[in-house]
Amino acid sequence: MPVPTTVRPRRIDPRLLRRTRGSRLALAVDAALGIVAALLVLAQAVLIAHIAARSFDGAGLRALSVPLAALCIVVTARAAAAWGFDVVGRLAAADVLSALRGDLVRSRLSDTQAGLDAQDDAELAVAAVAGIDALETVFARLLPQLVLAAAVPAAVLALVAAIDPLSALLMLITLPLVPVFMWLIGRTTERRALARWQELSLLSSHFLDVVRGLPTLRAFNRGEAQAERIDQVGERYRKATMETLRLAFLSGAVLDLAATLGVALIAVTVGVRLVEGDIGFEAALTVLLLAPELYLPLRNLASQFHAGADGMAVAGRLLDAAAVTAAPVAAPSPIPAAATVRFDRVSFRYPRAGRAALEQVGLELGPGETVALVGPSGSGKSTIARLLLRLAEPSDGRILAGGTDIASCDPDQWRRGIAWLPQHPTLLHGSIADNIRLGAPDAADELVRDAAEAAGAAEFISELPAGYETTVGDGGRPLSAGETQRIALARALLRDAPLLILDEPTANLDPASADLVRAAVDRCRPGRTVLVIAHDDDLASRADRIVRLQAAAS
Amino acid sequence: MIGRLVDLSGVSRPRLAVVVGLGAVATSLGVALIAASGYLISRAAQRPPVLALTVTIVVVRFLGLTRPLARYIDRLVSHDLALRSLGTIRSRFFARIEPLAPGQLDGFRRGDLVARMVGDVDRLDGLYVRGLCPPLSGLAVAVLCVVAAAVMLPAAGVMLAAGLAIAGLAVPALAARWSREPAARMAAARAHLSSQLVELLRAAPEIVAFGAAGSRAEAVTELDRELAALTRRDVFRAGLADALVLLAAGLTTAAVLAAAVQARAGGSLDPVLVATVTLLGLAAFEAATPIPRAARELAVITAAGRRVLDLTSRRPVITDPGTPLPPPPRDATIELAGVTARYPGSPRPVLEQVDLRLEPGGRVALVGPSGSGKTTVTNVLLRFLDPEEGALLFDGYDARDHRQSDVRAMFSLAGQGAHLFNSTIRQNLLLARPEATEDELRAVLVRARLAAWVEGLPDGIDTLVGEEGRRLSGGQRQRLVLARALLRDAPVLVLDEPNAHLDATTAQALMADVFAAAGDAAVLLITHRSEGLDAVDQVVALDAGRVTSAAAI
Repeated sequence: MPVPTTVRPRRIDPRLLRRTRGSRLALAVDAALGIVAALLVLAQAVLIAHIAARSFDGAGLRALSVPLAALCIVVTARAAAAWGFDVVGRLAAADVLSALRGDLVRSRLSDTQAGLDAQDDAELAVAAVAGIDALETVFARLLPQLVLAAAVPAAVLALVAAIDPLSALLMLITLPLVPVFMWLIGRTTERRALARWQELSLLSSHFLDVVRGLPTLRAFNRGEAQAERIDQVGERYRKATMETLRLAFLSGAVLDLAATLGVALIAVTVGVRLVEGDIGFEAALTVLLLAPELYLPLRNLASQFHAGADGMAVAGRLLDAAAVTAAPVAAPSPIPAAATVRFDRVSFRYPRAGRAALEQVGLELGPGETVALVGPSGSGKSTIARLLLRLAEPSDGRILAGGTDIASCDPDQWRRGIAWLPQHPTLLHGSIADNIRLGAPDAADELVRDAAEAAGAAEFISELPAGYETTVGDGGRPLSAGETQRIALARALLRDAPLLILDEPTANLDPASADLVRAAVDRCRPGRTVLVIAHDDDLASRADRIVRLQAAAS
Repeated sequence: MIGRLVDLSGVSRPRLAVVVGLGAVATSLGVALIAASGYLISRAAQRPPVLALTVTIVVVRFLGLTRPLARYIDRLVSHDLALRSLGTIRSRFFARIEPLAPGQLDGFRRGDLVARMVGDVDRLDGLYVRGLCPPLSGLAVAVLCVVAAAVMLPAAGVMLAAGLAIAGLAVPALAARWSREPAARMAAARAHLSSQLVELLRAAPEIVAFGAAGSRAEAVTELDRELAALTRRDVFRAGLADALVLLAAGLTTAAVLAAAVQARAGGSLDPVLVATVTLLGLAAFEAATPIPRAARELAVITAAGRRVLDLTSRRPVITDPGTPLPPPPRDATIELAGVTARYPGSPRPVLEQVDLRLEPGGRVALVGPSGSGKTTVTNVLLRFLDPEEGALLFDGYDARDHRQSDVRAMFSLAGQGAHLFNSTIRQNLLLARPEATEDELRAVLVRARLAAWVEGLPDGIDTLVGEEGRRLSGGQRQRLVLARALLRDAPVLVLDEPNAHLDATTAQALMADVFAAAGDAAVLLITHRSEGLDAVDQVVALDAGRVTSAAAI
């Protein structure tokens, strides 16, 4: 099972609090609105008790019209304050979350490890969109609720102490039970929430995997058996989750019990003291109305914490990913023009795999030379392309351009001199023309056409109804592997860089398309240094030089 | 619509009623605690002998103790129901779409559609806990409260009924209307952002390499801004509904209180009941508070549910005959006779008048450029697609007269279309033959030239292959798929582009192994490459859905 690199969520990740910096004012306004709403609840309790007590003594509507009008104003104001609390909290959260997503994108795009782990990326995208909902609870609810949980009980206690010190004392005794249970709940739910999030996403991705593989399952006559298995997996998950919930809800129930017993206890003692003439009716009724308010913010906090724990677990994952940024090169060396590129005993290890993808590799690319790189699958040919592009840095050794270590150059500057045709090119959602322009956004239409022509793509593009404006990529017109390859080649050619890296340009193509691509490669060789990664003997044989790579010892 | 979702989730109405009832009991006990406390204090204020209060005191204590217990049981039971129903929905959904795949699920091959489909199913998990149970049990509690209030003071009952109707029905209805459009817009914006993010993360190396990181990040940020703007709009409306419920609750309490004051002054209400009925009214709104949120949830859930039901209600086009023929013999001659085939909704046929003959143990290669219909031949053979004209024949008997599973048992599929599951190497192999022994597994790994690599792995055959086998190299993936097909030991081995992504030497070696490993099985090799063509008896060339040449070698 893939184990996410999440740090264990603490109560509230300090990095999350730091993220609120830009929205502190909004969060403060939010908490203030929450406190206003809570104070209005207290006023409401006092007014209701007052009116009911006076009525008990026989006062009529006329005598009570002022407090009744005040009650209407108070409840209206309370509704307004509660609305403001909700809106401001969510607005503040939306800003924080949007910024977090932005950082995530920028970090992944600047990260030199970009896309090394495709599996990670898919999971991350899900977390960035869906997991953000859970985070909204943290920002919009949990943080303001923290303020309320501290302020409201204090206000209630102060008010009750002024009315009836004995009841205040009783509340003071029952109240500490709540935080204690909350602490207990926090400890259990936090740990379990992380586990549950992982399980839930595992379950969901298992289902997605199975649905994706449906044709294969059917081909092997295993479709019906799989339906049963889904049932079993779901049932297993249900049992495990219910076990967790039994405990998690039990702590909640004990908390609930502290609150309702508190109310019952206060009602009974106040009632008995009323009979003994120890306390007045209005005071007794006020205390009774206030008692639930004492526990409410704390109970709300507990339930928000419950929901927030989910968010906290995802937050760790997103914050980890958003935090990775490439260290800028302090004083970048200038890029040497038309220089020989040399691999000086370069090794590379994938961070998680542990196995070496490259071991002490030496390689030289002279200006204007076409070099074919051949070797068995898994020998690290594509890794060489990634290292050249600085999408990854060597674990050991150096890559030199005319004697300058390319690690000391500005990566964007360095990449400007390279055009790349990856082994599995991706077309982005957009027009064909925009896809070809990826590396040269300002190129004129004419140049785009020339590049497509050179890549052998012009013919099929012109046969499409919308031509260069055809939408491709996710949700666009499906293209064959050969067509995709040729558009990607056009993209690389339009970049017009002195170094061209072609990673298995003919691997997925039928012979006719492969011929077209081979011819295109021939056409673009003059004036460029070309590194062709190939399994195709025909393609390799046209190179000036062939370099063979052996599989790295594991 | 919701009824059909409940049916799909396999929850019986009595069971739902029990869960709703438990929720209602838990809420009612809370309301009763507050009202009874009010009564206790009011009665005490008349300073009767303490003994006269005993019953009330016991009731208050009892309610204080039982409410948490009832809430605990309610939460457990409702969550259990939710988890059960999600499990049932998943397996039923799968069972219903299973006979539809791949032909009848539009655009099935596109990953985002599959993901969206599964996302919709996942979204149904809130159907009970967040969608159905809170409003139904709330309704029950509201009715109880109104009756109780009316018994004490009919006017209070009327006012409470009106207030609860506004808070519990009118406001949620408004909220649902307000949120329908924003919810759809939000969902669209979210889906768009999500697919852009996935694309951006997937294509990150190319974007960085081509120096397009800045503009691409900007494009995603732009989408993010749109989503944030939508969120802002939705926030005001969503919060407003909750505030309106609060307002209705407060004003109703004030009205009930005023009515009680009036009745008390007029002498038609026992003074003890002034506080009691007011507190009852105040607490009754606990039942109405969750309803607006549930209405919003239900709007989202039903939107997802509609798409799910649309899929599950499709009838499979390809079905088993009423009285099927016995399974075709292992040594049957398999023939495509004048087959014309078309995908549903496609304007032109993918195959036209295709003839193809596979003798027992024969070796045929099907070659042609991409898009010529080679993979469709596989789909017709496996009966994922039935011919529009012509037929698939086994020893002259139409495949449509056999059971689908018997037809598929004739073939073993490997190649680029075959899916590797996010599980271990062992599990992926066992798919082909669950009862295979350790030795048999090893044997196929040897035949696919994977044994040395697998043995070198720290976890050996129990190594995880990752999502869609992404932890393996392209070559290893193809070999594992091949090993799985070999394990099945079907009469015909169908190899759909088995050597894509392999270097020439490896591909050559693999093809030689394949033909040796196939033994007496027939082989249909679908390829656009030259490796392996020297080992077949016949090469059939396909172009634009037609057989252009069939040459025996």
